[in-house]
Order: sequence, then structure tokens, then C-alpha cells
Amino acid sequence: MPAATVPDMVHTLDVTGLRCPMTWVRTKLELERLPAGETLEVRLPPGEAVESVPRSAREAGHDVTLAGTTVTIVRR
Amino acid sequence: MSSSRRNFFRDLAAAAARALPDMEEKLEVEFITEPPPPLLSDAEMDRYSRQLLLPEFSELAQIALRDANVLVIGAGALGSPVASYLAGAGVGRLGIADPDAVEISNLARQHLHFTPDEGLPKAESAAAKLRFLNPEILIEAYQVRVEEANVRGLVEQQDLVVDCTDSFETRYLVNTACCAAGVPLVEGGVAGWNGLVMPIRPGETACYRCAFPTLPQDARSCAEAGVLGPAAGMVGSLQALEAIKLLTAVAPPLTDAFLQIDLLSLDVLHVNVQRRPDCPDCGEA
Repeated sequence: MPAATVPDMVHTLDVTGLRCPMTWVRTKLELERLPAGETLEVRLPPGEAVESVPRSAREAGHDVTLAGTTVTIVRR
Repeated sequence: MSSSRRNFFRDLAAAAARALPDMEEKLEVEFITEPPPPLLSDAEMDRYSRQLLLPEFSELAQIALRDANVLVIGAGALGSPVASYLAGAGVGRLGIADPDAVEISNLARQHLHFTPDEGLPKAESAAAKLRFLNPEILIEAYQVRVEEANVRGLVEQQDLVVDCTDSFETRYLVNTACCAAGVPLVEGGVAGWNGLVMPIRPGETACYRCAFPTLPQDARSCAEAGVLGPAAGMVGSLQALEAIKLLTAVAPPLTDAFLQIDLLSLDVLHVNVQRRPDCPDCGEA
């Protein structure tokens, strides 16, 4: 019998209460805890983090899309 | 437990099993019966954030530091930067051994001791500052001279030893004991304008005695040769850097080689060393 497949899960993280660079530290560590291919949706505080977190995630090789202050990252 | 945490521990167990392929069965049993190491707390993420930001660094690397037992031998010019950086980086249990008392002539280069500490045991003086630096870790002070009778007991059970003594005799003793116990070692020394750093993985890479089979003829300690504080600080900083690489595997440490640093010209010489099959400390015989 084939093993049951778990549907792709979207994990969420809220870093709206943090300041840079802790916004990316928290996001980076949460991504490390995910298997490759899973998705993390991060709610960012407005301002610097909206620029820096997606940029850092892209530099780390992940797939990144930004919508407003929510960044969606697919772990590479 | 969230699925991300489960996956994290599954990856951790898989990584451990890959590292020890012959022990897969045993590890599986241990994994089920022993609680997994706790992930980093928010306070730890904050304290160690600048190293966690490095792409090469990870939560697992930080946990490896937290789980590590490290002994720093010597609380002087090399031991001060080594112990400061290792405590700051989050080494979970840090021992510091030194038999001497703080003297005013130490203070120009031994930054863990201050003028009011004059006369106090250096191990205690250093430990007190390190506890202020990082109250989240365990600091142990040993007011002992490392000698033949106690060296094995001091180094076994450690995950890493950093030799910060200023005597060639002690360096050989520590190298012999670390090789016998299979404990990784970072050797270092500074005298005058000459510095040396040599990380060692016993049984795998050349040891200190492979590099220096006999006591150098012109061996002088810093007490005779003189030294500038920042010159010693540079050597100690490199020892701490290599210690962190050995403990976390975030980057390959220097191995089968030593760095010879001319602190006057800032020339750095990378000297390759081969393991000696007949080395009395790490040879096969």
C-alpha cells in the first residue's frame, strides 16, 4: 500500500513585533527547521524588514514572493 | 509539537546517523528514549543573533556550541581572548585552568583581569568576568597547574581543549593527553613578534609533536621575549575562531598545518605538516 502523502503545508511566522536584524534571524531559523520545498509565510513589520527579509531570503537561494508586508518563502 | 519541529529533529537524527554509520541501530533507540535537545529560546536567538545571521551558521551549529564542554588551559594573554569569545559564542560548559595569581604586569595583555584583581587567582578572576559576559552558560575555574599527574583527567571528557599556556613543556603534555583521549585541540603561542596557531584533530590530522618533534632550541616564553597585548590577542582570536569551526563544522578548520604569524610585518605563513607514522603522541604504533 503506498504511503499516505501529506498535502503541502504552509507554515506561518509573525515577526511584526521584531526589529531588524531579528526579523531575518527568526525567519532564517524557522526555514532551517523546514524540509526543502515547504512554504513559510512571514508577516513582516512595515519598513526596513519588507526590503531586507525578502532580499536575505533570495540571497540564501529560496523562492520568494512579497505581497504587501507578507513574504512567502519556499525553502530551497 | 509542530511539524516543523518534528522535521527538525528528524533531520538532526538523520545527520547524527550519517556521521556514525555503524551505530544507526543504537542511535535510533537513543533517539526514541532520550528527549531531543531543546531548540534555541528567543533569548538565545537574540544573544547569538549576529553569528546566527551568517549563512554558514545555523541553529544546529549554535546547539553544538551549547552542548560543548571546552577546557581553556591558561587564563592569560591567549586565554583571555579565547575564553571571552568562546563564552560569548555560547559554549555551554567552559572550564578555565590557571595556577597563578593576577599581577599588575599581566594587565596590558590579559583583558579578563582588572587592577583591583591583583593577587586573586587568575582562574577565578577570569571566571567572574566570563559569568558577567554570559550568565546562560556554565563556567568552571580550576586553580591548578597542568602537569603530568593531572593532564589526562583534565582533558578527557572534553569536546575540545584550547592550549593557552606559555610553556613548551606544557604544550607537549597537553598534546600527548589530547592525542591519547582523542580530544580535538587548538594549540597557540606567542613570543615577541612571533605567533603560532595549530588546530589538531587527534588521529586524523598532524599533531603538535608531528610539527615539532623536539623542543625548539631557541624556545623562549613570553616572560622572556616580551609581547604586545594585541599581538597575543590576534593569536588568541584565531585560536577561538578555529575552536568554533572545530565544534560546529560551519567551516573547515586549518588542519595538517600551522599558521606562523609575523606580527611585526603581518606576514602570515601557512606551513603544511604531515602526520608522522612514528609520532609518539599520535602515531599508529
